[in-house]
Amino acid sequence: MLVTLLLISLLAFLAFQLIPGDPVTKLLGSDYTPERAAALRHEMGLDRNVLVRYWEWLTGFVTGDMGVSYNYGMTVRQVMEGKGAVTAALSVMAWLLVIAISIPLGIALARWQGRRLDRVFVAMNQVFMAIPPFFLGILFTYVFGLVLKLFVPGGFVGPDKSFWGFLGYLIFPALAIAIPKAAMVTKLLRSSILNQMNEDYVRTAYSRGNSRWSVLKDHVLRNALLPVITFVAMTLADIVAGSIVVEQVFALPGLGRLLLASIGNRDYPVVQCIVVIIAFIVVFMNYLADIVTQTIDPRIRLG
Amino acid sequence: MKKRILTLALAVIMTAALLTGGGQSALAADGSAEEITVGIASDLDSSLDPHVSSSLAGTREVLFNIYEGLLKPDTQGNLIPAVAEEYTVNDTADQYTFTLREGVRFHDGREVTVGDVVYSLTRAAGLETGEPLVATLAGVSSVEATDDSTVVVSLSAPDAEFPAYMTAAIIPEGSDPADGIVGTGPFEYVSRSPQENVVIERFDDYWGEKAKCAKVTFRIIEDGQAMVMALHSGAIDLAAHLDASQAAELSELNVLEGSMNLVQALYLNNARPPFDDARVRQALSYAIDKHMVIDLACDGHGTALGSSMYPAFGRFFDEELTDYYAPDLAKAMELLEEAGYSQSDPLTFTIAVVEAYTPHMNTAQAVVELLRQTGMVEAEILPMENATWYSEAYQGRDFDATITGMDASTLTASALLARFVSDNAKNFIGFASEDYDAAYAAAVSSTDADEQTAQFKACERILTENAANVYIQDLADFVVTQTDIQGYQFYPLYVMDMANVCRVG
Repeated sequence: MLVTLLLISLLAFLAFQLIPGDPVTKLLGSDYTPERAAALRHEMGLDRNVLVRYWEWLTGFVTGDMGVSYNYGMTVRQVMEGKGAVTAALSVMAWLLVIAISIPLGIALARWQGRRLDRVFVAMNQVFMAIPPFFLGILFTYVFGLVLKLFVPGGFVGPDKSFWGFLGYLIFPALAIAIPKAAMVTKLLRSSILNQMNEDYVRTAYSRGNSRWSVLKDHVLRNALLPVITFVAMTLADIVAGSIVVEQVFALPGLGRLLLASIGNRDYPVVQCIVVIIAFIVVFMNYLADIVTQTIDPRIRLG
Repeated sequence: MKKRILTLALAVIMTAALLTGGGQSALAADGSAEEITVGIASDLDSSLDPHVSSSLAGTREVLFNIYEGLLKPDTQGNLIPAVAEEYTVNDTADQYTFTLREGVRFHDGREVTVGDVVYSLTRAAGLETGEPLVATLAGVSSVEATDDSTVVVSLSAPDAEFPAYMTAAIIPEGSDPADGIVGTGPFEYVSRSPQENVVIERFDDYWGEKAKCAKVTFRIIEDGQAMVMALHSGAIDLAAHLDASQAAELSELNVLEGSMNLVQALYLNNARPPFDDARVRQALSYAIDKHMVIDLACDGHGTALGSSMYPAFGRFFDEELTDYYAPDLAKAMELLEEAGYSQSDPLTFTIAVVEAYTPHMNTAQAVVELLRQTGMVEAEILPMENATWYSEAYQGRDFDATITGMDASTLTASALLARFVSDNAKNFIGFASEDYDAAYAAAVSSTDADEQTAQFKACERILTENAANVYIQDLADFVVTQTDIQGYQFYPLYVMDMANVCRVG
């Protein structure tokens, strides 16, 4: 896990060497002269070997010093203050929505498999899976924001001002991220349950006089949820990545927007920090999914 | 059982958040009558140092509310006294004497003294470091206080345009804007949050007419569609620099049309083939009908230009140059043939454009279409990210052609024309003409206003005759406000003056 993170941070660091432009480009803008640029590069230490700079960044990072943003002149910690909370709240909310929508729906669809409701949902599911979150975002701002006036597009309030206002504003962005994911989880859970329903133990359970509902609840669900849990854990990583786009559409001041702006500004310290955070979430969720799977089914051993 | 309780609890929380949250956020966005929220499309520069943040127009336009110089521009393009009450100039135009206004205070409450002025100008002109922070002050040789209210600025060479540079900000003696932002303007700085907002508040001890609203929040909304939505919903009260299509979507609000005050052109790399050949540059000028470009790319909004000067500069603007190259496809083809191109061996080149700037992208598309009509030109748009454009095209000068806008940081003709002097560091198109250098030198050293104007116009004419660039337009600038917002004024510079903006009713 640590090796993965190290590799990712190194790759991110090196990637900036390949693309044109560096922090000096942005800082000098139209006042650029080669002499000024060279002087500034020297002052910022950018003229040194890339591996030396990476090592410096790394040793700083592990001791909790994330460096100073080139673009804002504040420490990275100060720049990210409050931004992380927005993205975290948005992601967790979207993730909970995915679970809250897809688990009951998946079970219900499997329970009433083949009925009209199921057929309608399966067809619609296909559509929802295909809609990109940014498009849903634009649709939501228009329908819920401008027509139904359930929220004020662009009227984001920080959690320090009004906690409920903050959560309220996040609901629609969270839904925009959650719906395509929820559609996938629903489909996965439904087919997982239906697969299990054909197993021998299900027939045995029926023969012992259990009702369809109790078979589903007490026997099938435990097995059917296995692959779903892994998938749901992994979606959190996807959701964090998805929030980058949705933050733009809803004008949310989160990590995603900061990341995009910082890449544009070639603000390496900020980019490094966000990349490592996102990488950590992905790796960690993967790990967590393994542990949960193992707890449910002790036969699976962690590799 | 546990699972069911959990699901139930979740559902309850979600519903509660939906109900209470929806209502409250609407309330918070309305704010008080004294507060105004402005949407801006990009975050400000790293430092809010008024002497170094000259690169980003978006930073300058916000700082305009916080800092003032000895003089400041007004909406008509005149220089009006600010921290100075008046000034005099000697006969040779190389020594300017400023008398300070009494009772001008910094935002920290202290009165402005000659020491502050000397410190600020010395810092901006880089007299101690040898490296001017404000490039236009490079000609300053000394700044001295002769008594408690008089400052004398001496120049190494005569410069009749110098007063326009005295808009450089006055800051407290010994201070560094990195440690705290203190100016003398109608608003004082409160806070900023990266990628989120910048907040300023009315300065109650301002020497002049006080700002009409108590607090202005500049909210950063980078996405153009999100900006339109935020205006629709009332989350922001005002946004400037919108394009024609965005403005058309917002017609139920107050839509004001001004101009961006910049020179949009197809800038050509005069230093290398194919555009080192004047015939090729002229051919493009004949082939590109700028009025049609404006119609196609900007729905007909915009002011056609024929040289590196826009109408807001008044006496420096030469209208005759606008249609110097009347659209003439036959002539364009003739010139291209002369230069050795034909239908089978067409002129091919790329146009570098920053992808995020929709008006420039639209213009580029129109230009490519018009050039295709000659049958001898194949231009290709090269969309770029901002930093890449800066590093490769602008700073690296590695481009064929680019569409961008050049604005003026001060109210002087040289702000637009200096860059085409052959050895100027900002001469990114590599334009080199001895006539131009001579005319420019004559203009800046002239002490007679009419003579100076004539020389600057000569510069503009040389640019046009040589077809240094294919000049297109000064883009229309749409400012959209909620219907209860009044008092927004356009300046001939890229600034956003919030002091007169207020909410009525």
